[in-house]
Amino acid sequence: MKNKKEKAGSGSSKGISRRGFLRGAGLSTAGSVLLTSEVFAFEYEEEKGTELGPDASTIQMKVNGRIWSLSVEPRTTLASALRDHLELTGTKVVCDRGSCSACTVYVDGKPVNSCMMSVFDVGDKEVTTIEGIAKNGNLHPVQEAFIEHDASQCGYCTPGMVMSCAHLLDHNNNPTLEDVKDATRGNLCRCGTYPHVFKATLDAAKKLS
Amino acid sequence: MDTRKEKFPHGIPGHNLGEIEREIPINEPPAWPINDKLKNIGKRVKRIDAIDKVTGKAKYTSDMKLPGMLYAKMLRSTVPHAEIRSIDISKAASLPGVYAIHLIENKGKEGENKEEGKYPSVKYVGQPLGGVAAESLDIAKDAISLINVSYDTKPFVIDVEEAMKADAPIVFDQPIEQQSDGGDVGETHDGSKGEGNVRGPSTSSFFGGPRGDLDKGFSEADVVVERTYRTQVHTHMPLETHGVVVDWRPDLMTVYASTQNTNSVRNEMASIFNLPKSKVRVICEFMGGGFGAKHSAGSYGPMAANLAKRTGRPVWLMLDRQEEHLAEGNRPNSIQYLKIGAKKDGSLTAIQQRSHGTAGVGLGAGVGRIAQVLYDCPNFATEQYDVLTHAGPGAAWRAPGNVQGAFGLEQAIDELAEKLGLDPLEFRDKIDKSEVRKVERQRGAEKFDWSRRKAAGSGEGAIRKGYGVGQSTWPRFVTLDSSVEVKIHNDGGVEIRSSVQDIGTGTKTILAQVVAEELGLAVEDIQVNIGDTFFPVGPGSGGSVVTGSITPPTRNAAFEAKKELLMMVAKKWETDSSQLILEDGHVTHKTDADKKMTFKEATKLMRTSQISKVASRSDDYEGFQQPWGLAYGDLGSVQFAEVTVNTDTGFVKVDKIVAAHSCGRPLNIGQLESQINGGVIQGVSYALYENRVMDKGTGHMMNANVDQYKTPYSMEIPEIENLIIEEYSARSSTDAYGIGEPANIATAAAIANAVYNAIGVRIYEIPITPRSILEALNKVDQKA
Repeated sequence: MKNKKEKAGSGSSKGISRRGFLRGAGLSTAGSVLLTSEVFAFEYEEEKGTELGPDASTIQMKVNGRIWSLSVEPRTTLASALRDHLELTGTKVVCDRGSCSACTVYVDGKPVNSCMMSVFDVGDKEVTTIEGIAKNGNLHPVQEAFIEHDASQCGYCTPGMVMSCAHLLDHNNNPTLEDVKDATRGNLCRCGTYPHVFKATLDAAKKLS
Repeated sequence: MDTRKEKFPHGIPGHNLGEIEREIPINEPPAWPINDKLKNIGKRVKRIDAIDKVTGKAKYTSDMKLPGMLYAKMLRSTVPHAEIRSIDISKAASLPGVYAIHLIENKGKEGENKEEGKYPSVKYVGQPLGGVAAESLDIAKDAISLINVSYDTKPFVIDVEEAMKADAPIVFDQPIEQQSDGGDVGETHDGSKGEGNVRGPSTSSFFGGPRGDLDKGFSEADVVVERTYRTQVHTHMPLETHGVVVDWRPDLMTVYASTQNTNSVRNEMASIFNLPKSKVRVICEFMGGGFGAKHSAGSYGPMAANLAKRTGRPVWLMLDRQEEHLAEGNRPNSIQYLKIGAKKDGSLTAIQQRSHGTAGVGLGAGVGRIAQVLYDCPNFATEQYDVLTHAGPGAAWRAPGNVQGAFGLEQAIDELAEKLGLDPLEFRDKIDKSEVRKVERQRGAEKFDWSRRKAAGSGEGAIRKGYGVGQSTWPRFVTLDSSVEVKIHNDGGVEIRSSVQDIGTGTKTILAQVVAEELGLAVEDIQVNIGDTFFPVGPGSGGSVVTGSITPPTRNAAFEAKKELLMMVAKKWETDSSQLILEDGHVTHKTDADKKMTFKEATKLMRTSQISKVASRSDDYEGFQQPWGLAYGDLGSVQFAEVTVNTDTGFVKVDKIVAAHSCGRPLNIGQLESQINGGVIQGVSYALYENRVMDKGTGHMMNANVDQYKTPYSMEIPEIENLIIEEYSARSSTDAYGIGEPANIATAAAIANAVYNAIGVRIYEIPITPRSILEALNKVDQKA
């Protein structure tokens, strides 16, 4: 399964590839509804690759520094694979269509909405979840600051918020308030923790620099 | 009577703080001094479960996975009004991986109005009809799509004003009762009164009925404001949807529930399945948001239990985002007629209110008590009508009714102030008798720099700044059936147990603070085990009742446990326990400095492995306004809004809110700020953004998702400054109350007043959209 992604990424010579279709539809609005087994089957048939589905296939995936084997149907999203198969339930599914960022994880260090990504598109890339950002038993500075500044209420958006803010600080140790707002602009919180999220992230940055 | 006299702090520090002597039951703990002199109370104590939340370790109901668990999905109606001819489940039943299908059938209990036909009549899109349990959620969804429901469709009505017409399709032709989690609290919504779809009116509350004489009042008025205000339907949209996991074993049904009230879910499930309460256990360790809509077992609770019964396996049933919008609650809309008269000296002479609103197929679409009680006015009457429509039922939402009511009242008060030539704050000083709101106005105005405010519409250029104010009041409700157990273990461990749940407000943390304060320990030393009906019954998390209901018995139980522990130490030291002090993790003797031991050493003296004390909420010191738990005083706020309006595009941005609040003795400053911020942000959303959009042609909600259901994200969040005013009233052993409801009441009104101040034209309807601004400025044609 390791090179599944590469095959998929090589592009098909005829017809419409799923990847091309997604690109055409605009990634920001394409719902997971597009990732049906039908489309998958169609694509691999075109490429004369292995036909997948509708039954489960076994794949390997690197999550939080460990390689896992899991048996998943082609329609499985990365979010579902993490939650339902690996029981990494810190990643939350709220809207299930890429509009709330509660399911934010890093794929090769880049934040993605895991509800919008097919688990088969992960390939050999490395996935980091909220359970994996504490290093050597030390919380990420953003996690510390969230505790310090009461930046969670019900806590359901918190993992996604932490992932967005931690990614910001990992790449910008001197962010402005506008930078923090920009980093969390896709994160929905219904309890209204935003002011404390902003404060916590700016404070974590100050402590880091 | 076994009472004693005790002196308590009373009043507002920096304003009128003094002392008051109260006669209290002899077993009540001694008075706490003001927060300045306490170690754990009124401080920024870290939320004790924050670590679980920031690491993703917190397990919510939706995260549960039990051995052998099945996943369930509900079957829902796709038409707004119909009789069901038949439901064909044959294809779904033969789908591999499907374990059970349960259809909801008409089984009226004795004495109830039983509908004709095998299946219940369909009255809104999204009404639950049945459910499927399968080995995966995907298979359950597949199975639902294979069920064929055949409908005899009927005419329906979605719009409130359409529904009020004589020839409108009728939603219910029989009397109905308010649903248990209905949209209003404390009002009498009588579904048997009225005609057709218009039920009511409700004319009274627990504060009484009409007073004085409206005609006389208006004849005495020098100025009168008479307006109609409109508010929208909006849906709660908690991030974690409604749902349960039911594990029904022969001797016990365990329900993991995303709920604001473990106790009421337990009682409901026991009643539905005819089980003793002792055979149902409801657990809610973490809960992903509710805002008022999660007090009952819903239809999903019994559905999951029925599927568990049919399959003999645990069943997971969480709703999806669309179901959440359609069927699990909304804040009803309102059309409010309001007429207020005042004399030249500023005194109010009469308030007349008449409202219509729809909670869909439910009741509870009132506009609350705020017009009745916020200001002094001798002549008052209200008529609040429920209008039934073919849409999902409303549910309580933070200060039910009163948020709608405040939007009308607080704009009318501003308009009156202008007619009288008074500043809005000066006018409120005359008509608002609350001492704490007076302080909130003063301190808030200073923080906000109210002096910046100029005459309405006096700015120049396309971009206009505006400043406005709004006020709130909410009763101090106490749930008397609130109990808690405090245990001291003989290894020094301390544990708190209650069925009360922490819905994100920080209940776990304040309980730990209270016990730590009483036992002279650190907050980290206290283990809080709550949200489980195996423990003493605590209150539901609604109506801002939790803090005022559960912290006094928590302190009292800790106080009783401490007394017993100190008696053991006294015996060893051959002294009287009244001579002993428990402080900073040590027991010491008042006069003998040589006598000192750690708390842990003291617990080793216990005769049993634990001291366990259960306390229940005692009556307020010197009683209640009403014996069922309506305490004296109120929970008020004054909120100030600063907005920018672009008069070319109609775009409104809320720049800043100053929120001045009181909640008795504040317990945890950070958590209070969090809740106030949340109430404010939901208020911003209510004023400017969110709106349930229904298609009148099909009865479907058009934006039942997250992306098209607009709420504020980081870019729309104003700067929020909180002012938390300490107010001591000496009514219980903690003198503390909640803040959830008042935080949300005044915001939309303050924003509407600020928008008026910016553009000089009033907007009487929310959400205030760019279109409504441009319409008000006559820059585009009015809506047809």
